[in-house]
Amino acid sequence: MHGTWVIARRELASYSAAPVAYVTVTVFLGVVGYAFFGQVFSAGETSLRDFFALCPRLFLLLAPALTMRLLAEERRGKTLEVLLALPITEWEVVLGKHLAALVVLAVALLPTLAYPLALSQLGELDWGPVTAGYLGLLLLAATYLALGLLASSWTSSQTLALVGALALSLPLYVVGELAELLPPSQRELPRFLDLGRHFDNLARGIVDSRDLVYYLTLTFGCLFLATRSLEQRERG
Amino acid sequence: MIQRLLTDTYPAAGAGPMVQVRKLSKHFGRVQALRELTFELRRGEVLGFLGPNGAGKTTTLRLLTGYLRPTSGQALVAGYDVHEQSLEVRRQLGVVSEDTPLSPEMTPLEHLQFVAELRRIDPRAREQRIGDAVEVCGLFDVLTRATGELSKGLRQRVGLALALLHDPAILLLDEPTSGLDPNQIRELRELIRAIGRHKTVILSTHVLSEVQATCSRVLIISDGEIVADGEPHALAAQHAGASYQLLVEGGHEDGAAIVAALRGLPGVEQVALAPLVGAGAMPPRGAVSVSVRALPDRTDLRRELFCCARDHGWVLLELHRPPATLEDVFRRLTAD
Ligand SMILES: Nc1ncnc2c1ncn2[C@@H]1O[C@H](COP(=O)(O)OP(=O)(O)OP(=O)(O)O)[C@@H](O)[C@H]1O
Ligand SMILES: [Mg+2]
Repeated sequence: MHGTWVIARRELASYSAAPVAYVTVTVFLGVVGYAFFGQVFSAGETSLRDFFALCPRLFLLLAPALTMRLLAEERRGKTLEVLLALPITEWEVVLGKHLAALVVLAVALLPTLAYPLALSQLGELDWGPVTAGYLGLLLLAATYLALGLLASSWTSSQTLALVGALALSLPLYVVGELAELLPPSQRELPRFLDLGRHFDNLARGIVDSRDLVYYLTLTFGCLFLATRSLEQRERG
Repeated sequence: MIQRLLTDTYPAAGAGPMVQVRKLSKHFGRVQALRELTFELRRGEVLGFLGPNGAGKTTTLRLLTGYLRPTSGQALVAGYDVHEQSLEVRRQLGVVSEDTPLSPEMTPLEHLQFVAELRRIDPRAREQRIGDAVEVCGLFDVLTRATGELSKGLRQRVGLALALLHDPAILLLDEPTSGLDPNQIRELRELIRAIGRHKTVILSTHVLSEVQATCSRVLIISDGEIVADGEPHALAAQHAGASYQLLVEGGHEDGAAIVAALRGLPGVEQVALAPLVGAGAMPPRGAVSVSVRALPDRTDLRRELFCCARDHGWVLLELHRPPATLEDVFRRLTAD
């Protein structure tokens, strides 16, 4: 566990020294802020519904930008060999890097807490769905980042890692929509696989263990596979 | 300073071997990089690890760090199995990898702090150890520059400082002086020699003079197999087979007859007439210069050579034995 923290700290330091994390946070807050104020002022609506609907789409695009470098660069620069000559496991490496990226997205989410606070001043706000929604956002972010990290573990090219991350997460993002094309009896499985649907439940304030299990299984499954892929060293 | 950084780890209790390699084999697909390598390294030995390109040196070191898994066989470092007890092995090892890959955007200081933290070096001692490593490796002036901007020699020294930070019992150095200018090589060689006084070291290199200057033992591999193992001087005598230069007046026997007679001696591998080119003085008329190579492991043929000359009634004007070098050994054992 010690190794996980040390890796996470190093990755955070390296995020703070490069533009990608700042760009990610800025883009996220810019888009979200624009949408939120537009909604409040034009429609006069006082819920976080649109904000919560927007986040999965933004994470889909921003998470791969944060993860593409994390493992691909260790392969490309051959620094993985140096890192793994230290007393640290592949699992600690993967977990630490995932954690660092998750912290960046959590930092991006932090200022948005101003929205529910503002809404609660304007009228009655139900904090249940808000809390559940933010929990859902963190789980969703963790899942997208784990998918991206897995793609980054497969290659030594950041570009391929980016493409791979999108190739992994896009299908999971659209599979629910595609389900509508199928006969009703066959919609169950694709709907279950859909990343967004589980979040919709949480954003409505319904904390169902199936949704939590879905996100956690996918996240840790991807991280585990990334660990296995780091153990394949002979591909160079 | 180096005494404070590196304690003597080898006179410690448990005097077992520091590295034990048993029938270690490694395949990469259809390429067999190592074939049943077996050797041991005792405490305090400084092993020069030699072999032509592609012989399997880096592969061996990567198996010892646990970075690669052997196809078969076993390796123990400080008594720990490199596969089963990998983390413990990595606590005992300091490693400088070939070409010292380091994250280019981090500074040497950041690298040192990261490694110190990961290796759980006591926070109270951390600053001093980092300071000592910086001083020993001469990094003071570049501590806060990006590692990617440093010259190759400086990067190698950063790699070495990182490997020394936790006072490891065993150091694995993969071509630490490759690509350095002569001054840097000399400095780094001094450093390695100093390290060798305190630690068990495996030094992989192509620079044979480096081995002669720093190593107490030499292991040569070729095509994934050990072809020589021993003290540098003993190896030179043993494997290069001693060679002798003779200057003989044969009287009524001509050169061919002299060569034939010498060939008949036991322990002689090869006899050849050498051109008469003295470095100065002209040899007397009628003298023949002959070079004789002994079979490996026949260390001394001088008595036989003298007696042969006496029995044939030759006049032995010169008998000279040029010292064999590691280079001779290397060429002989690794040439195709
Ligand atoms: N990851 C790999 N995949 C496939 N083959 C490999 C791999 N690593 C090494 N080899 C092969 O194994 C053999 C030994 O290589 P190794 O790098 O250990 O040699 P070396 O003695 O270190 O050579 P050099 O002096 O050039 O550094 C070579 O034939 C090499 O091509
Ligand atoms: Mg090598």
